Amino acid sequence: MPAYLDHAATTPMHPEAVEAMLPFLSGRFGNPSGSHAAAREARKALDEARDVVASCLGAQPGEVVFTGSGTEADNLAVTGVHALAPGPVVCTAIEHHAVLHTSMATGDDRRAPVATDGLVDLDALAELLDPEVRVVSVMLANNEVGTIQPLDRVVTLVRERAPGAVVHTDAVQAFPWLDVATLAAGADLVAVSAHKFGGPKGVGALVVRSGVAVAPVIHGGGQERDRRSGTYNVAGIVGMAAAMEVTVARRESTVAQVRPLRDRLADGLLASVADSAETGDRAHKIAGNCHLSFGGVESEALLVLLDGAGVWAAAGSACASGAVEPSHVLSAMGLAPERALGALRLSLGTTTTEADVDLALEVVPPAVARLRAS
Amino acid sequence: MRVLAAMSGGVDSSVAAALLLEQGHQVVGVTLRLWEDRADSGCCSVAEVDDARRVAQQLGIDHWVFNFTADFDARVVAPYAAAHAAGETPNPCIECNRHLKFDRLLRRAAQLGFDAVATGHHARVREEGSRFRLLRGADRAKDQSYVLYVLGQAQLARCHFPVGELTKAEVRRRAAALGLRTAAKPDSVEVCFVTASGGRRALLGSRIALHPAAVVDRAGTTVGTVDAVELVTVGQRRGLGGGGRRRRYALSVHPRDGTVVVGPLEDLLTDRVELTGLSWVDAPVTGSVLAQSSAHGEPLDATFDGSTVRFAEPHRRVAPGQSVVLYRDDEVVGGGFAA
Repeated sequence: MPAYLDHAATTPMHPEAVEAMLPFLSGRFGNPSGSHAAAREARKALDEARDVVASCLGAQPGEVVFTGSGTEADNLAVTGVHALAPGPVVCTAIEHHAVLHTSMATGDDRRAPVATDGLVDLDALAELLDPEVRVVSVMLANNEVGTIQPLDRVVTLVRERAPGAVVHTDAVQAFPWLDVATLAAGADLVAVSAHKFGGPKGVGALVVRSGVAVAPVIHGGGQERDRRSGTYNVAGIVGMAAAMEVTVARRESTVAQVRPLRDRLADGLLASVADSAETGDRAHKIAGNCHLSFGGVESEALLVLLDGAGVWAAAGSACASGAVEPSHVLSAMGLAPERALGALRLSLGTTTTEADVDLALEVVPPAVARLRAS
Repeated sequence: MRVLAAMSGGVDSSVAAALLLEQGHQVVGVTLRLWEDRADSGCCSVAEVDDARRVAQQLGIDHWVFNFTADFDARVVAPYAAAHAAGETPNPCIECNRHLKFDRLLRRAAQLGFDAVATGHHARVREEGSRFRLLRGADRAKDQSYVLYVLGQAQLARCHFPVGELTKAEVRRRAAALGLRTAAKPDSVEVCFVTASGGRRALLGSRIALHPAAVVDRAGTTVGTVDAVELVTVGQRRGLGGGGRRRRYALSVHPRDGTVVVGPLEDLLTDRVELTGLSWVDAPVTGSVLAQSSAHGEPLDATFDGSTVRFAEPHRRVAPGQSVVLYRDDEVVGGGFAA
């Protein structure tokens, strides 16, 4: 059995989510925006899903905007606010490209540095804040190294120094592991993506707190209270809600089950591979993230060997062609470039087993040794 | 054998991978990402990677993408720009072959347990005893042996050029018969990263300062100007100003002095060229050779004494930085850069 250790990329779907979606992929095909019985049936499912999503995110149903992805949710947050309230956009240097590139696209972005532990430098962030700032985007957990950002302290800083700004948090990676409803309670905008927590691909959501205005990025029929047009992806939204319910109900036990697996994996590899180091501070990481770097190894080659041995992992982020790209996250954390080239991200999830960890512990050290020998 | 097939997304490398499979090898396809290509055209764009991957899927083989952009920049693009700044005319495809395809990729392939690397070049390798010979491709019109002269025995022992035995027409027929989506794709003709950057001027302008220069004749009289001396190539006729009756050619390019010396065709003719940076396929060769100074140039009768090529008849001066490849009949023996 191969070991799937790439849950940060995407997760297998929860059976509950598949089950919930099936009726909407077959008989119940109605468009919720219509007025007849088939439409009303779909609308009911949509409304119920919205209630679930809102509750899981600590929001009111009317504050939930369904999107086609986490990336779209991030775009709507940054672009949507900036369009109505032009002004500087501040984000951390380790944001996902969905935030980073969207912030750059406003033409007025500021980048907050992070320390070597992978946490945003709050003093440096404070320096970037002033009353002109309109958006501050700080992710809740990083997608590469898994570090959990001090969002509450960010919110406090923003309210003090940039009272005209809204706080957006990309909670895409955090949701499977952290109580987003509580941790992001202070944020004005919260983005999530269904496929990162056992839901389907192609659906996400943005919480837009009451009183916060966002201009639509996608124009059309005016769905989602004119914040996001387009016919509802009913099956996807229903699947996301089901996956969210399962995720929230089991979150504590998932964390309790996965954290020791992750620790065994990380500690085992650090012990068995010379010149290896953990990236970021484990005390501030989500439970599923194991991020290491190996000296004298190219992760692109390492991933090929691991794939061949049945360990499915990742390095940094991948570009559109599938090639491994140098990581902006590792570079922002001050990792030496040659070190960043030898990065390995093993991300665990709800389906990860002891056997997966065993296989990785068995396969990674000889693969690293082989690459170092040649 | 386990063979890593470099697939550019073109028809030649597509068929190369297919032929290796037919020969019973275990094949994995790989596309090298060499250039950050925002315009998405050129040899390593997303569209080309897509084509390579789709062909690999059709053939039922795995396909990987390796990101060698940093090496490509350091080993190919930066030296290319530096050579132009020095008034030379380099051939970056040769450096790409030397450093990327037949060094970086070969080492990566060995690391991953492959016995050999294959490409879609039109050239042939012959094993004789324990030695390897490099021959022109069977299709003389498509022959690419010129850009492979930097390969030595160590590389040739682990290289396959499966389409080198075929004509281009045969390659296309094979591709069509296999239903490969690249069967009718046009040949690439230009340097990939130069095309992708919007041309030589745009690429070089982003890398080095371009300087205006005086166009002078051999007597030192200024007869015109050029706006970028770094873009002038020895032997060039167009764009050197002046509308006199006699055609004028660039005889030499001097970025430091800010001059381009021009003169009539007879002043461009020479019977010799000194070579630097020699590379040999096997043992060094002297004596009677055929010397070819561009990818599809004519092989000229010459002798080589170990440092200088003497042509049997005078020919236009080879632009400094260009590779001169030495053949014996259809066999590449080595080559070097024109001084």
